[in-house]
Amino acid sequence: MQEFVQFTLGGVSVGMIYAAIALSLVLIWRGTRILNYSQGGMAMFSAYVALIVINHTGNYWLGFVVALAFGLVLGAVLERVVVRPVESKPPLNAVIVTIGLLILLEGVAGIIYGGQFRSFPPAFSITGIKIGSFGLGVSRSDVFTAVAVLAAALLLAALFRYTAVGLRLRATAFSPAVARLLGVRIGRVLTLGWALAGLFGALAGVLVSPSTFLYPNSMDSIFVLGFTAAVIGGLESPAGAIAGGVILGVLLNYVGGYLGANLVDLYGLGILVLVLMVRPSGLFSTTATRQV
Amino acid sequence: MSDGAVLDIRDIVAGYGGGPVLDGLSISVQAGTITAVLGANGAGKTTLLRTISGFVRPRRGRIEVGGVNLARRRPEEIARAGVAHVPEGQGVITELTIEENLRLGALIRPSADRAAALTGTYERFALLADRRRRLAGTLSGGERQILVIARALMAAPQVLLLDEPSLGLAPRIVAQIMNLVRQLRDDSGLTVLLVEQNARSALEIADRGIVLNLGKIAADEDAADLAADVSLRRHYLGF
Repeated sequence: MQEFVQFTLGGVSVGMIYAAIALSLVLIWRGTRILNYSQGGMAMFSAYVALIVINHTGNYWLGFVVALAFGLVLGAVLERVVVRPVESKPPLNAVIVTIGLLILLEGVAGIIYGGQFRSFPPAFSITGIKIGSFGLGVSRSDVFTAVAVLAAALLLAALFRYTAVGLRLRATAFSPAVARLLGVRIGRVLTLGWALAGLFGALAGVLVSPSTFLYPNSMDSIFVLGFTAAVIGGLESPAGAIAGGVILGVLLNYVGGYLGANLVDLYGLGILVLVLMVRPSGLFSTTATRQV
Repeated sequence: MSDGAVLDIRDIVAGYGGGPVLDGLSISVQAGTITAVLGANGAGKTTLLRTISGFVRPRRGRIEVGGVNLARRRPEEIARAGVAHVPEGQGVITELTIEENLRLGALIRPSADRAAALTGTYERFALLADRRRRLAGTLSGGERQILVIARALMAAPQVLLLDEPSLGLAPRIVAQIMNLVRQLRDDSGLTVLLVEQNARSALEIADRGIVLNLGKIAADEDAADLAADVSLRRHYLGF
């Protein structure tokens, strides 16, 4: 019983990191129909920025905030400079460009910071929380991870729902041609979508790095699992991305706990293949196809 | 530019790569009037509207709205300059609510004016007010047509471009829509460029009628004269 509770709660915490990556992929997919393969690289780079600020100032929160701001700017700049020219081209062009970006980001990170594994400080204690003698299997740091992603997702939902900017973002996602007819400057909206994606990537990078160490490829497997979470959620829906992340995190934590930690990535890929074969539009999609 | 013209199109040449679909057109739309553009399939009616709103870039010519040349600008900039285009086949965003569709229409206006625009729209269109929280996808074809016209008006446009508003609608609904357009001209002085296959309904409400044939203007007359010109009607309009 105690094990089951521990695996479940731990899974929710890890799952929220997958959810953050999934959300960043959904933000870009909805606006541009581009799958951003460089998302993990962007997250990793932002985490390095956080680490440098933390090491220089000794202030975790300053590093945390700077990394989020850096992710925001990085997303906007990459969209404007690198992605904009391929947005109206065949989909394969964008695939190649974002894979190229990933290689570039990982290469540059290796040149600047070297290839060694660096330890990354957590926000809070990583000792497990206990209620009496009952260990919950999660630390204060894990709780912070879940709360931070959830809070960011709720802020995003409020932005979508209650602001003019959010209305422009949604209109552009559903029907870019109609949005333009109504005077929405969709170029700016797409830049904003990438910026927000960069922010969620940075959040994931900073939150996951204490448990994975930080190195140029450190986000690769997190990206694959985040992508799986996005696919489970249907790639279109921010709420689906969060749900997909949590479901995947919990399932894989059971796999890791009961069957062995080495099997986690294998099962993650298995789930991805299974979802794509059985229900390619995701578990939560209401509309089967999209009118283009 | 002619006196009182809100929309002045001069010598426009446009198309999709091959030969020109619009071949040197000039049209002048006077303030507070309805101008009907008629013609058979392939005459260039929809291309005309898509060129005015920037989705087709003209190779030559000027498109002036309120004296400013908008030719070759981007669609979103043309919309912001006061051109509201209601496309053929409607264009409601079905995933958004009715109110969100309407609010989207007013986003190019100063934020202080948006709430009043919404209130005014609900006063005129009780049908939309009653269902404001529902998804636009739940509306019928005729209701959607009313929603897209109402949404276009939320922007307080200088000129409204209507592409085949009668398409696919029952005759009774078509009459309602045409009546609405006429009322908007009479009550609010709205300027409308109306593209219609359904020439009879369009000429009933129009002040001026223009017949397009193979990208050129075959006739440009008072709507009443055009409707009375039997040989022209038979030749180009089929009624």
